[in-house]
Amino acid sequence: MSAIVSIRNLRKNFGNFTALDGINLDIVEGEVVCIIGPSGSGKSTLIRSINLLEPFDESSEILVDDIPVRRGKKLASVRAEVGMVFQSFNLFPHMTVRENIKLAPIRVRKSSEQEADDKAMQLMRSVGIEAQADKYPDQLSGGQQQRVAIARALAMEPKILLFDEPTSSLDPEMVGEVLDVMKRLAHSGVTMIVVTHEMGFARQVADRVVFMDEGKIIEAGRPSDIFDAPKESRTQDFLNAILDH
Amino acid sequence: MSLTETFFNWSVLVSSFPLLLSGLRVTLLLGVVSILAGLVLGLFVALVRIYGVRPASLAVKIYIDVFRSIPILVLLIVVYYALPFVGLRLTPFMSAATALTLVSGAYTAEIFRAGIEAIPRGQFEASQALGLGYRHMMADVILPQAIRIVIPPLTNNCINVIKDTALASVVAMPDLLKQATQAQALEANPTPLIIAALMYIAILWPLVVLVGRLEKKYRSETAR
Repeated sequence: MSAIVSIRNLRKNFGNFTALDGINLDIVEGEVVCIIGPSGSGKSTLIRSINLLEPFDESSEILVDDIPVRRGKKLASVRAEVGMVFQSFNLFPHMTVRENIKLAPIRVRKSSEQEADDKAMQLMRSVGIEAQADKYPDQLSGGQQQRVAIARALAMEPKILLFDEPTSSLDPEMVGEVLDVMKRLAHSGVTMIVVTHEMGFARQVADRVVFMDEGKIIEAGRPSDIFDAPKESRTQDFLNAILDH
Repeated sequence: MSLTETFFNWSVLVSSFPLLLSGLRVTLLLGVVSILAGLVLGLFVALVRIYGVRPASLAVKIYIDVFRSIPILVLLIVVYYALPFVGLRLTPFMSAATALTLVSGAYTAEIFRAGIEAIPRGQFEASQALGLGYRHMMADVILPQAIRIVIPPLTNNCINVIKDTALASVVAMPDLLKQATQAQALEANPTPLIIAALMYIAILWPLVVLVGRLEKKYRSETAR
């Protein structure tokens, strides 16, 4: 199977600090990849590079569906194929839930009002927020807002969905409802790249777990390999540190 | 002569009123034209300032600083009395509208810039991640939110522009103040001046109250 996302020698410096130090990663269609690692390890920078929210080194290359990710005319069309769910939701506060979901299909995909509305309704039902359709984001709980954000990303029917620590700013009792939606997506065959601290989710849902530290991929493999028999000492140390309490 | 006869002389009021009304019309027209042109100019300048390439951004920054520094009266006199020496002869109305627009545009640009920069980065990132182009991002996501932030200071700026229209009387524009001073000279009575002052207050008081209400409203509301 050919890769839907192909990352070659990805490098990124913030001044003297090396955020990404030569990442190579291929992701095939339908795969669910969880990226774990200590904070500052570059995992968010990595997935933010895939839709060029984060500019990267000239010598690096990222292909999404064989189209190079770089500044220029094609960037918006690449971005339209790459959905993203943010830690801080980033819903549009001046629009209702329904309008948040419909905006991009109408503006970018040129869907009709009716098509976009039908699609939005169907998505809102699938993430369980249809009762909030005409509310504004600030009237919703964090968990509901994040489910709206997932529906908004799905409305573009992207080829890949990126999740940047989607549960990190949620109250603990709301983490489950968001992870449940993500699990269902994973099982429905959506290609997902998930930066997360939820080890239970990674173990249960990921096809592959990637452990990063200091801007490098230290180790990658099936969840059972990484969690139960990590080969690298840094992976062991990280897992011990987070699982030991 | 009694105080009433001096400052609120009925017969003077009646005879000068048509003149004052025509002055009021000119004042309002000048105010509206300058405010609208200043808004368009200011939005454009703000976008260049934030998103333009380095030299363009620097150029508009200089424009903003210069026109926020220059007294409007000085600018107006330069436009009206100095530009004819380089062959640019503007009518009093055009001179006043140009000067007011240039200054209002500079202030408006700073107001828009502050409004746009107050929008969290996540709003830009979410728009970009959805594949929205620059124009849709600005028109659908950023500006509607920025507008809410900038409405109170923009209204304040409108008040200032309308007040500053009175300066146009020095370049012989028949605005409210000019008509009032002429009527006063003609009648040898200050009643027209008092009426003109009351007219300015009558136009601007509601706006002043409105600014107060808007500020309160947008402070209590969060983003929406």
